[in-house]
Amino acid sequence: MSKIPSELKYTTSHEWVRDNGDGTITVGITDHAQELLGDLVHIELPEVEAEFGAEDALAVAESVKAASDIYAPVAGVVVDINDAVLDNPELVNSDPYGDGWLFTLRVEDMDVLDSLLDAETYASSVDEA
Amino acid sequence: MSTKRTPFYQKHLTAGGKMVDFAGWEMPIHYGSQLQEHKQVRSDAGVFDVSHMTILDLKGTDSKAYLQHLLANDVAKLTSSGKALYSCMLNNSAGIVDDLIVYYIDEMFYRIVVNAGTREKDIAWMQQQLQGYQATLTERSDLAMLAVQGPNARTKVFSLMPAHELAIAEPLKPFTGAFIGDWFIARTGYTGEDGFELMFPATQAEKVWDAILAAGIAPIGLGARDTLRLEAGMNLYGTDMDETTSPLVSGLGWTIAWEPNSRDFIGRKALEAEKAAGVQHKFVGLVLEDKGVLRSHMKVHCEGGEGEITSGTFSPTLGLAIAMARVPASCGEHCQVDIRGKLHRAKVVKPNFVRHGKSVLA
Repeated sequence: MSKIPSELKYTTSHEWVRDNGDGTITVGITDHAQELLGDLVHIELPEVEAEFGAEDALAVAESVKAASDIYAPVAGVVVDINDAVLDNPELVNSDPYGDGWLFTLRVEDMDVLDSLLDAETYASSVDEA
Repeated sequence: MSTKRTPFYQKHLTAGGKMVDFAGWEMPIHYGSQLQEHKQVRSDAGVFDVSHMTILDLKGTDSKAYLQHLLANDVAKLTSSGKALYSCMLNNSAGIVDDLIVYYIDEMFYRIVVNAGTREKDIAWMQQQLQGYQATLTERSDLAMLAVQGPNARTKVFSLMPAHELAIAEPLKPFTGAFIGDWFIARTGYTGEDGFELMFPATQAEKVWDAILAAGIAPIGLGARDTLRLEAGMNLYGTDMDETTSPLVSGLGWTIAWEPNSRDFIGRKALEAEKAAGVQHKFVGLVLEDKGVLRSHMKVHCEGGEGEITSGTFSPTLGLAIAMARVPASCGEHCQVDIRGKLHRAKVVKPNFVRHGKSVLA
């Protein structure tokens, strides 16, 4: 059974979202997603200060098996990226919610986070799949 | 169609195998980490269930003559018992029906191993060609098959053998096999490492599996099998070549035995015509110079036109992306690969990247 921390928000495309409480969110892929992908070998991240709309593809996670797009959970501007995963993509496998985080977005309207899935809803969507 | 299971199915589940459909068989793609399994084979020893592959025994007085007609390589090269030969089996237009290994036991008995996904069409084709020859072809679905591969594979297999078996197995040279009772043990494989392929009665499967694991040989899934064979520059049927491509454009020209001229094997005329007209494509290796991963079907741009990647992956041993590709014959030392709309520079090399755990790139 994959880990789904209760304090995070989720998307149907298997990103997790942490509200940092300062108008920014941090995003990564879920434990379930990294399990599906298998060993990650290459990550592409967006440029800092790049702006994206909700559901825009802005990063790529490539495993030995396949390349998978990663989408902006909500609209925002990239304020930070996790350089560590560029050199060590396996961090996403070993610690998807911690050292394997991908990027931080500044979000204008934090209310849109309410449209994301809570842990329970995400867990049931994973069970159905 | 329901998927088939090998005699090791329960053992895969016990070992934590993640099962997927492969050519109609439920096979383990990995047992946790494909990368770790890849490294295990390059550095120590691993075991692959390859029982989905098809073992065929050819017996009869015309066996040799039949194979000399059926195969693009020439079984006349095989003169010592147990010696193996890799060959393509072509159709009349020199397309590849399958690639296979044939073991010479004696002039009246050859053992042939063909792919899993091509079982039905191969057997139909081989039976059809058998007409007029005094020989019979029998599928050995009563046998299980394991490949044990890695620098320590042979030593670890030897540790399981009593002296009289060791006396047969230990002197085996690369690409040679021998019978030990109802077992057939061959020093062959699909990883670029030393090791054995073992064929034995399926009834013994679970006992053998347990013994092999107890000898410190780790189970390896099909995922790592693919990255290992790609690093070793070994073609995969259905991906790197098929019935629409000849050996000449698949990096397999070396497997065609042109001499003697008089040997009239299937596809020979078409191959000669292709050669006379000038072969339009070549089969090469690619090494990506940027970060990223090469995948099959990516377009390759080079001098003289466009080509395509047939197999691509991230090479765990080299830490960069490698591929096999079919490109225009005029392609130079560099090319550009289209990765999701962006062109990335790649070096064109021989399709052979890793041998015995080490890079063979210049």
